[in-house]
Amino acid sequence: METILGLDLPTWWFLVIGGLITGYGVLDGFDLGAGALHLFFKKEESRRLALNAIGPVWDGNEVWLVIAGGALFAGFPLVYGVVLSTFYIPFMLFLVALIFRAISIEFRSKESWRWWRQMWDISYSVSSIAITLLLGLVLGNLIHGLPINAAHEFTGNLLTFFNPYAILIAVTTLSLFMLHGAIYLVMKTEDRLYARLTVLVNNCSKFFILCFILTSMATLIYVPHMTHQFKNHPELFILPLVAVLTLLNIKRNIDARKYFTAFLFSCIITSCLLILFAVGLYPNIVISTTNPAYSISIYAAASSVKSLRIMLLIAAIGTPMVIGYTIFLFWTFRGKVKLNEMSY
Amino acid sequence: MIMPSVEILSRIQFAFTIAFHYIYPPLSIGLGLCLVIMEGLYLKTGLSLYKDITRYWIKIFALIFGIGVATGIVMEFEFGTNWATYSHYVGDIFGSALAAEGIFAFAMESAFLGVLLFGWNRVNKGVHFFSTCMVALGSIFSALWIVIANSWQQTPTGFRIEGHDMQARAVVTDFWAMVFNPSSVDRFSHVIIGSFLAGSFLVMSVAAWYILKQRFVKHAQAMFKVGLSVAVIAALLQLFTGHRSAHYVSKYQPAKLAAMEGHYDSLAVADMYLIGWVDNKKQQTTGIKIPGGLSFLTHGSFNAPVEGLNATPEKDRPGAVNFVFQTYHIMISIGMLLIGLTLLAVFLLWRKKLFNQRWLMIIFAWAVLLPQIANQVGWYAAEVGRQPWVVYKLLRTSDALSKKVTADQVMFSLILFTLVYILLLALFLYLLNRKIQHGPDISELAEDEYDGYYNNNIEHRPS
Ligand code: HDD
Ligand code: HEM
Ligand code: HEM
Repeated sequence: METILGLDLPTWWFLVIGGLITGYGVLDGFDLGAGALHLFFKKEESRRLALNAIGPVWDGNEVWLVIAGGALFAGFPLVYGVVLSTFYIPFMLFLVALIFRAISIEFRSKESWRWWRQMWDISYSVSSIAITLLLGLVLGNLIHGLPINAAHEFTGNLLTFFNPYAILIAVTTLSLFMLHGAIYLVMKTEDRLYARLTVLVNNCSKFFILCFILTSMATLIYVPHMTHQFKNHPELFILPLVAVLTLLNIKRNIDARKYFTAFLFSCIITSCLLILFAVGLYPNIVISTTNPAYSISIYAAASSVKSLRIMLLIAAIGTPMVIGYTIFLFWTFRGKVKLNEMSY
Repeated sequence: MIMPSVEILSRIQFAFTIAFHYIYPPLSIGLGLCLVIMEGLYLKTGLSLYKDITRYWIKIFALIFGIGVATGIVMEFEFGTNWATYSHYVGDIFGSALAAEGIFAFAMESAFLGVLLFGWNRVNKGVHFFSTCMVALGSIFSALWIVIANSWQQTPTGFRIEGHDMQARAVVTDFWAMVFNPSSVDRFSHVIIGSFLAGSFLVMSVAAWYILKQRFVKHAQAMFKVGLSVAVIAALLQLFTGHRSAHYVSKYQPAKLAAMEGHYDSLAVADMYLIGWVDNKKQQTTGIKIPGGLSFLTHGSFNAPVEGLNATPEKDRPGAVNFVFQTYHIMISIGMLLIGLTLLAVFLLWRKKLFNQRWLMIIFAWAVLLPQIANQVGWYAAEVGRQPWVVYKLLRTSDALSKKVTADQVMFSLILFTLVYILLLALFLYLLNRKIQHGPDISELAEDEYDGYYNNNIEHRPS
């Protein structure tokens, strides 16, 4: 099979998708987290500030999900069909939550009635939490593996998804995004809200550390296939090491009130966890708990070589552009948020 | 209760969600162009009036765009959830178009949208204008890729089939042949111009309403002129691109064309109807017609026979003939009406009599619905006319489903989307109405400045 720099094309595309999902986690992660924390702010002014802190960027962040979805469709159409139709109900709820979140942000400021704003605040926060939990649930099930038969058909039912391990991953994802969001907000605000957030960020970090430890233990005990790569490639142990060091650094920077550095580290830990997950799966994407031989590998699922080559070219041209826009956007809106007449 | 089949439910769900999504993109695309013109005029003349109307329309744009994005994400994932076999079949081809759309178009749109909405005090005028242009361009690009993908389903080229039966899939052999398949250029231009009509008629509708109510009159007249200048060109071009589309349909999808005109017998001359009714059982079409009209358009002669529906076996051709006929004719009638309406308005504007014709302003206030309807029915004609194929002559709609999804699951999601979308539409209309009632925030002296500028008054000083 054709290779580029020693890696075959399906592996490259696996990396591209991994990169996009990581980008999504890092970027949308903080605004979902901010949404999850929204109801902790009681004053109208604080809520507006929190919302405007993500105002110009959240839509751009969400695009990474759209691109990652498109990339999965393009590169591994079989997996796209199998995963989405297997998780039919969770994905439908996810889509509805995405709709509610988008319109809550957009509609909230359009009327000044108290009940109106209260209603959209709740809808915004609940949908942010729901999106995060559902993503975590899907992720947890993919790590855990699914009952898939030889014809790549799912043989479980809705309850299959709610196994304890997947639920743990869902909660861990929530705790990670809440921490990530809290750090982002504290970095972008001043005065009262800032003071409130300095406390919140501390609690979030404790919550996350707890989840992190539980997840690590549960994975080692219940999901042994996640560690098989480590046996052949001991150099991969650098990843969990980086994760732990990063975690310590987040705590240290939060205590020192260096929130920008803390934010960089929380970006790193989000990436690290997703990379660990990808390494554990590779070269499979969907793991069958019925029989390992029924798992869907990237080779079985990949599009044709020609198509992958074209799309790698598209990705090679497109990704720097996307990163460029993203930097331009964050640079334009750098610094603490201020409210003005165009704000939400 | 008898549960409808997964196929029927999935089709209803897809049709419903895409039709709902398609309320917003044409408005976003069309308003994007109008915003570029308005802000461009502001940059050129420095008049605060143009700044006022630009800012006003940006707020409305944000509302429409937001719902467009929210409902669009549903569409993307629906391919995987409900049409898994289809996704596998076309992934190699369709996927690259969708990936290109995301990476080239959506990313651009949404990043610059942030600057467009929140950037007035953050960046200078030039950068802001640039962002407006990028958002407008991004929305056109995204239409480009999605229409390419859809056009490939209508006229597939540049591929080969691998595998058999349910494992079969189409694989790209020639990327550019896939992109420039026989229908993509015609359909893309037709869709984009339809969108320009939708956006410009919204601008004119709001403006006409202000003029009727005698509110913000100067601002409204300026808006109206921007809208009209887009609309008149677009209406004329739409006739041309529509004709091009009909031409490709006659060549590549004769059964669809036959359904559009209710033409059954392949040995007969084909007529062109202005209005009519098709009885699919009796295979009869009645109405007001130009005898031999379709023969003339396809073969350049009023006496040449045209391939009819009967040339295609019943199981391979669209069943809802009257539906295709009606939707197609509604679109065409609206197209003609829009040409007449915009030309009349331009004529009256030239004679400086446009804005005191109350009746015409009333028509324009309502006319926003016309391009909206034409856009919807145009898609119905194109998609239902393609049935029973989802990929023309290659994959049947009934084979394209997700195998493991059950009817109650789809029923659940269908009910969910119906409820959510009804709520969404109600809120959208409510907020749009609020915004229109409130009107633009008017800068001091904007009107005098505007008069001064256009009467070449020496008092004018750009701000
Ligand atoms: C003629 C144009 C057109 C057509 C036919 C469609 N769309 Fe659309 N779509 C747009 C034009 C557009 C648009 C103008 O780019 C958006 C952005 C804002 C808006 O109102 O519509 C949009 C938004 C939008 C988004 C959100 C993008 C974001 O996050 O910025 C997605 C994922 C899709 N669409 C996907 C689809 C799919 C899968 C379709 C077909 C089944 C589809 N659209 C038909
Ligand atoms: C690239 C974009 C599109 C793709 C891939 C696509 C594909 C499909 C698919 C898979 C179905 C369901 C199967 C079927 O019933 O035919 C469908 C039906 C339909 N689509 Fe499209 N479509 C696209 C764009 C659109 C758009 C933008 C509209 C605009 C309103 C539209 C209107 C419809 C309608 C009305 C149906 C129902 C037809 C029927 O059930 O008989 N489509 N299309
Ligand atoms: C003026 C005369 C018009 C003619 C002759 C015409 C012709 C056509 C034809 C033949 C198709 C079918 C293409 C296919 O099946 O793939 C089509 C589709 C369509 N039309 Fe028109 N049209 C006209 C006006 C309009 C207007 C005014 C609008 C909207 C404002 C519009 C919007 C659409 C849309 C959205 C589609 C579906 C997308 C596509 O297939 O291109 N049309 N038109």
